[in-house]
Amino acid sequence: MSRISMEQVKHVAHLARLAITEEEAKQFQDQLGKMISFAEQLNELDTDQVVATSHVLDMKNVMREDVAKPGLPIEEVVKNAPDHEDGYIRVPSIIE
Amino acid sequence: MSLFEQKVSELHQRLHNKEISVTDLVDESYKRIGQVEGQVQAFLTLDEENARTQAKQLDEKLAKGETTNPLFGLPIGVKDNIVTKNLRTTCASKILENFDPIYDATVVQKLQQVETVTIGKLNMDEFAMGSSNENSAFQATKNPWNTDYVPGGSSGGSAASVAAGEVLFSLGSDTGGSIRQPAAYCGVVGLKPTYGRVSRFGLVAFASSLDQIGPITRTVEDNAYLLEAISGLDPMDSTSANVDVPSFVNALTGDVKGLKIAVPKEYLGEGVGEEARNSVLAALKVLESLGAEWEEVSLPHSKYALAAYYLLSSSEASANLARFDGVRYGYRTDNAENLIDMYKQTRAEGFGDEVKRRIMLGTFSLSSGYYDAYYKKAQKVRTLIKKDFEDVFQKYDVIIGPTAPTPAFKIGEQLKDPLTMYANDILTIPVNLAGVPGISIPCGFSKEGLPLGLQIIGKHFDESTVYRTAHAFEQATDFHKQFPKL
Repeated sequence: MSRISMEQVKHVAHLARLAITEEEAKQFQDQLGKMISFAEQLNELDTDQVVATSHVLDMKNVMREDVAKPGLPIEEVVKNAPDHEDGYIRVPSIIE
Repeated sequence: MSLFEQKVSELHQRLHNKEISVTDLVDESYKRIGQVEGQVQAFLTLDEENARTQAKQLDEKLAKGETTNPLFGLPIGVKDNIVTKNLRTTCASKILENFDPIYDATVVQKLQQVETVTIGKLNMDEFAMGSSNENSAFQATKNPWNTDYVPGGSSGGSAASVAAGEVLFSLGSDTGGSIRQPAAYCGVVGLKPTYGRVSRFGLVAFASSLDQIGPITRTVEDNAYLLEAISGLDPMDSTSANVDVPSFVNALTGDVKGLKIAVPKEYLGEGVGEEARNSVLAALKVLESLGAEWEEVSLPHSKYALAAYYLLSSSEASANLARFDGVRYGYRTDNAENLIDMYKQTRAEGFGDEVKRRIMLGTFSLSSGYYDAYYKKAQKVRTLIKKDFEDVFQKYDVIIGPTAPTPAFKIGEQLKDPLTMYANDILTIPVNLAGVPGISIPCGFSKEGLPLGLQIIGKHFDESTVYRTAHAFEQATDFHKQFPKL
């Protein structure tokens, strides 16, 4: 029995915007199940009183003056886009 | 003898004396690449035309005597997750196969300021996820000491190109050991700086709270020169630290008398091979003979680092890699009717297996209902691991252990089980979680003739002591004077 169901695997793949085949879903179920079981060794530690660390150094907001500066040229910005026209990026239809 | 068997300071002197030119150095680089690249396969893209043009310009400056910077004219390789303007940057992924960056990473701008010459872009595990370079979508780089073996990863191309003498030095990136482990496997010097020491602007993000760019070189002194050149606060990276950049080279005094070394018992215990352990014990004897003192200590939460790391780094990766959706840059599928389909197919076709696995694990641990039990839990364990280091550094100057539990493994040997592959990084991962600096330097050879690495870990922003210790050991040994036979 894996730690994670086929339905969960498919749900996570959808959240991650990854198309997966039935065969891949089975493989992920096995591999993710193992990784999740491995990760659960962290439950041996009592961390109720421990503060979470998201960053190792003391971080504070870095402010700067709000001064207008020229942006990147539009033809440069779109040059790596797979499909573009007149400085706009084209994508498949969003609304039926 | 190859020019790249000489140090930065020696080459600089020879340039200054007009014994050699920048063109000679660039010629040497491409000549060597021509000879050995078929075996090593370290480079994904070469930039020969631009490098030769730049060499000519620099030689004109040289003729006028304008060569003040120690790195002037020296050939460098750059890992392919560091963006270079108008020079293809792929992250060794199909999804970025034809990506042509429109700006330079801050470290690349800094290299331009000190006038190094970029030779090309170096292979890696796709998006820096891996420990062997076998996860590259394009090619598997080989270990120059024995081409049946992996060079390590993810900065495998960066380490192999330096070991093979294709470039004098290179830049890599390190999220969980990706500079230090390949440096150990290839018998070169690799440093992961303190988190925040070097700007990450233009480094394609894997795990933003762990990633750091760092230098890979043949000698400790060269490493110190290169770190000095790329360090410093950057307005484009709000996590870059506002701390002074000292002269790291000036720290190389050779004096380690009275240095207090901590040796964590967890770094010599279960899961660490005999050869790695013995090479570290021998290295400690050398340092002892130079006047340093060492004691065994404990980093009690070490065994939990791997699990915490995979949850945190995969979670951050799943968010960072959301940007690869086939819209603004990179690969886009031909097989999609609507937008959601386009995202899903593009990512399914563009990413390799390991990247998908980590995106899946990360998305799972950030998803509703699992966030507290996995992601948040791992962040709390990170606090405990960080505190382990802080406690030890109250009493000691550096922590020493092996860089990796074993020397390089054979190509294909660990591909089947992801968890086995991850275990290569058990000794480097805690350093990233704590954000402290760590270096790997050569400290011996296995019975198969593969290099072994010594890891020296320091306090936050105390790269100087790490370098001083590494340099003193290097000067007392000759491991760095041995070269692979290709």
